Amino acid sequence: MTDRDRLVPDEGLAPGSTAVPAGAGPLEEFSDPPRSQWRDVWDQFKTHKGALMGGLLFVTIVLGVYIGPWLWTIDPTHIDIRARNQGPSLTHPLGTDQLGRDMLARMMAGGRTSVSVGITAMLLALGLGSFIGVVAGFYRRLDGPLMRLTDLFLALPLLPLLLVMMLLFREPLNAAFGPEQGIFILIVCAIGVTSWMPTARIVRGDVLALKEREFVLAARSIGTTNTKLITRHILPNVLSPIMVSATLGIATAIITESSLSFLGLGFPPDFPTWGRLLFDATDYLQQYPERVVWPGLAISLTVLSVNYLGDGLRDALDPRIRGR
Amino acid sequence: MKIKALVLGAVAGLALAPAAFAERGSDGQVNIIYWQAPSILNPFLSGGTKDVEASSMIIEPLARYNEEGKIVPWLVEEVPTVENGGVSEDLTQITWKITPGITWSDGTPFTSEDVKFTYEYCTHPEGGCAQVTKFEGVESVETPDEHTVVVTFDEPKPFPYGPFVGGESPIIQAAQFADCLGAKAPECTEANFNPIGTGPFKVVEFRPNDVITMEANENFRDPAKPAFASVTFKGGGDATAAGRAVMETGEFDYAWNLQLAPEVLAQMEEGGKGVAVAGFGPLVERLMLNNTNPDPSLGPDERSVVRPHPFLSDPAVYRAMSMAIDRPLLVEIGYGKAGKVTCNWVPAPEVYAADIEGCETQDIEGAKALLDEAGITDTDGDGIREKDGVPLKVVYQTSTNAVRQDFQALIKQWWSEIGIETELRNINASVFFGGDPGSPDTFQKFYADVQMYANTFNGTDPQSYFGNGLCDKAPRPETQWQGENISRFCSEEYDALHRTLTQTADADKRAEIGQQLNRMMFERGGMIPLVHRGRLSAHSNTLGGVVLNVWDSELWNVADWYRKEGS
Amino acid sequence: MLTFTIRRLILAVPTLLFISLMIFLLLELAPGDPMAQVPLTVPAEVKEQMRQALGLGEPMHVRFWKWIVQFFWIEPQVLIDSMFGTSFSEGDLRVISWQTRSPVMDIVVQRIPQTLWVVGTAYVVAILIALPIGIYSAYRQYSWFDQAGTFVSMVGFSVPPFFSGVLVIVIFSVNLGWFPSIYDTTHRVSDWDSFVVQLQQMIMPVMVLALQITAQLSRFMRASMLDNLNQDYVRTARAKGLSEYTVVMIHVLRNSMIPVVTVIALGIPAIFGGAIITEQVFKVNGIGQLLITAIQANDLPMVQTLTFIFAVLIVLFNLIADVLYGILDPRIRYD
Repeated sequence: MTDRDRLVPDEGLAPGSTAVPAGAGPLEEFSDPPRSQWRDVWDQFKTHKGALMGGLLFVTIVLGVYIGPWLWTIDPTHIDIRARNQGPSLTHPLGTDQLGRDMLARMMAGGRTSVSVGITAMLLALGLGSFIGVVAGFYRRLDGPLMRLTDLFLALPLLPLLLVMMLLFREPLNAAFGPEQGIFILIVCAIGVTSWMPTARIVRGDVLALKEREFVLAARSIGTTNTKLITRHILPNVLSPIMVSATLGIATAIITESSLSFLGLGFPPDFPTWGRLLFDATDYLQQYPERVVWPGLAISLTVLSVNYLGDGLRDALDPRIRGR
Repeated sequence: MKIKALVLGAVAGLALAPAAFAERGSDGQVNIIYWQAPSILNPFLSGGTKDVEASSMIIEPLARYNEEGKIVPWLVEEVPTVENGGVSEDLTQITWKITPGITWSDGTPFTSEDVKFTYEYCTHPEGGCAQVTKFEGVESVETPDEHTVVVTFDEPKPFPYGPFVGGESPIIQAAQFADCLGAKAPECTEANFNPIGTGPFKVVEFRPNDVITMEANENFRDPAKPAFASVTFKGGGDATAAGRAVMETGEFDYAWNLQLAPEVLAQMEEGGKGVAVAGFGPLVERLMLNNTNPDPSLGPDERSVVRPHPFLSDPAVYRAMSMAIDRPLLVEIGYGKAGKVTCNWVPAPEVYAADIEGCETQDIEGAKALLDEAGITDTDGDGIREKDGVPLKVVYQTSTNAVRQDFQALIKQWWSEIGIETELRNINASVFFGGDPGSPDTFQKFYADVQMYANTFNGTDPQSYFGNGLCDKAPRPETQWQGENISRFCSEEYDALHRTLTQTADADKRAEIGQQLNRMMFERGGMIPLVHRGRLSAHSNTLGGVVLNVWDSELWNVADWYRKEGS
Repeated sequence: MLTFTIRRLILAVPTLLFISLMIFLLLELAPGDPMAQVPLTVPAEVKEQMRQALGLGEPMHVRFWKWIVQFFWIEPQVLIDSMFGTSFSEGDLRVISWQTRSPVMDIVVQRIPQTLWVVGTAYVVAILIALPIGIYSAYRQYSWFDQAGTFVSMVGFSVPPFFSGVLVIVIFSVNLGWFPSIYDTTHRVSDWDSFVVQLQQMIMPVMVLALQITAQLSRFMRASMLDNLNQDYVRTARAKGLSEYTVVMIHVLRNSMIPVVTVIALGIPAIFGGAIITEQVFKVNGIGQLLITAIQANDLPMVQTLTFIFAVLIVLFNLIADVLYGILDPRIRYD
């Protein structure tokens, strides 16, 4: 990307961009209200088949795990030892586990935890990572310290770090928010704090390249403040790696949560989550293969749906594609 | 016969050796997998079971326990007793006679000096020897001649077979470890990784936490043994994978300690390449009941220190909790053939086990009635009973382990049926069993009402193990939370009875006292024993000579292992 | 760029020292006990004596200083000794592992071959697969190839190795009997046959690991290519009459490499770090397994040394990535 770039403002999220012919002065760009832009985004999003499917799937999963327990009222922790290890049937559509607990109820209960942990932790990691990445890439003075901080976090061994976090914060959080809410906050923070670094590095790399581009120079020359420059020009252009990080981040968060719980650092043992159901079922892989299929499928579908949503959102936010 | 052959091998020669393995090294290679990898081959510096067992193929004690828990001579001619004059009348001295002609794997003779050196090595104050309790009460070890070892105790020992007996107390070579005494012990990497021993095999290469390659010891006392020329001893992974490698893919011949769900094990056995074998020692999975108050609002010096517990000290409560448990079901779900129902703290050796009624049957109604009678009823209608206004809510913690989590779920449900609410907690095993006084989650601190784990003791004499119920062994801040009386059980009668045990030498009387102690611990709310656990290992169908031994190293008779004909 | 590199290298020294201090403090603060794996039958006083023998009785700063001296002063001497046959380090105490009571570095050296074989190969395989997939998926966005690639990589990434590893073992080792389920670390490759054996035992762990890495890399490659394919310079290049191959593979690819370089640079220290779960599942017993067993056993000198080596690699490769950014996009300046 050298001299081939002409001095064309790369509008990114800049409103009304499609209406402005290339080469026009960037000044009037900022006078339009942003409303029309979001309608454009939505119009583009609607036509994206993958995104719609992904969105639909995602909503189904979320509804399933949150509304499902109202309709399917079996207690996921209720043990019916006579009915253990059953295959799918009318009373237990997904069968039962080794203690006779209903798998459907456990999948829904587990999904509630996994989806909430996955999304919240991903958002936290993404927010932290993008913020640090953008700031480090944009302000040269902060680049050094922030990247050394990233190196430090990359280097810290995960397990002792989590143990220390549990030791320091579990009791106060339990006291402040109650055991379930407390452990939820702790787990989300633990995953978020230990997984923002790749996003930060990636975003920073892109920002380093972007801020030398002509449209940034152009924006700066008309007196755009740094904050505006970042939110309107830089951020929209690093959206695609962030979206990829988001989809990968959800999967990582769900799986990390499961490793936390089988290390004894996560939710209480009678608290099902998808990752844990998958882990527990792995031993029974040969006898009851369906038991690994459900959680495995659920995690994959969630990640896929978020991936397609992200694809659609990225396309919708890209004015060059939107115009077509 | 086998043992005799082994001991007399050097003297009697080929005559006694079974025909199946007439020649040393004729059966090629044997593969052993331990899912916990050995990290050192000097059991004095580690104490971990994996390290003790791996090293037992190389270094040996003077005598060891056989599969029935009886002491058999190993490097000596006979087990000293009062009858044969080996143990002095006043029970303060034991004299071992080493079998002449035994050599180390480097060809030098094995003498009483090596035995004495082993004692000095382990009792060196700066050495940090893991097996130092084996030498408790030893005043001196003397060597009148090169085949005689005299161990003198500072007081009469009814059971003098601590030092130099069993896999935890093997003899190391004086010449090799001479410069490794005390603080220098960890610097002797070469010796710690490649100990010279009297056992059937010697180390070729030791890769810590990974794999050990061994070959037959050409100086082994029985010229016909071992049948295998080389051993690969792999470590790492998990129990499932180890079981699979022996019973399903047949890559390995022997897998150690397969704590797996019975169904998983059954499926693996269908693989047809190997079988699982179980043996029972004194290992018991139990629920420890906190006899002190673990209320988080108490200060760090009072929590789990002050007595009594608000409701667990009521006999009706702990009896009802025990009655609500379906032990046969626990065994079926968690351990299968590696478990037995028990209500005894010390279920083995069998003479010490008390016959406790009602252990086999779950009695939810009876438990409810018991609580009702004691006036512990649900007064506010929330489904949870209250004792003097305190709701019966318990925190139930254990280490992270699939079977234990299943047990937690089951027991939580049973207790909820009798009106006790349970909060479950599982803790990373390395934190739970680690004695870090800074962590609130260790089993010694016991910041919970009930906790579950398994414990056992070495050898066959439970005296010091019964000592874990003594009042003054309770962990508390003054002891840096160290101490073996985890449940903080405290009863004057128990302490007195235990004192009687330490002064009794007669075997029948000891057994009787043992039974009473067992009963007391159960009936007075020290613990709720759940499952008498066996050790479960698997060997391939083509491996012969395996005799599972729970009283000593599992690999105690590896010299007798052989490859079966037609395979 | 050269001054930048030199400045960063000099700056790396205090950074690394600070990181090593942070790691040390973290490990100190973490609950745990090196005696946790010693059976309960060993009494507490004995465990306390063993702790003292490990040097745990000394105050924290003394132990940290000891480690610094051992790692930065004695270990290099050992290295020199082993290379030139000198004897500088004689009599000095090296960094000793608490589990094995042997020098940590010896074990690390012992573990590197299998980690490089398995994790390294997986990385190379993954890069070789992921880049073409990413490029082609972006070039033909929403084609069936792209859709299939997306599906496979997302499912591949969402299935954790503790499950996929066991799955391939059950299929290929138990049912088909093609590959061994347990990796033999003592195997030496000396001729063609032994090389085949090595391939057989590597193939499953490499497959499982490569699936994860491929999924990640190809997604970033695709996203980055998509960003660039619509840029104006691409139109210009096409308008100039450059061949499609040159446009995509030279112009677009070069500009799309920055995130990919970042991800690869983040991944290379991970090669040395090993893949903890995959190594456990296949019993590869490389560095990852070494680290996890050391953490579980609370073997602090081992954990400290290993994590510090990773820290060095992380700092180094992030520096390399920064230099590469400058080469890929000359407009990026650091001074």
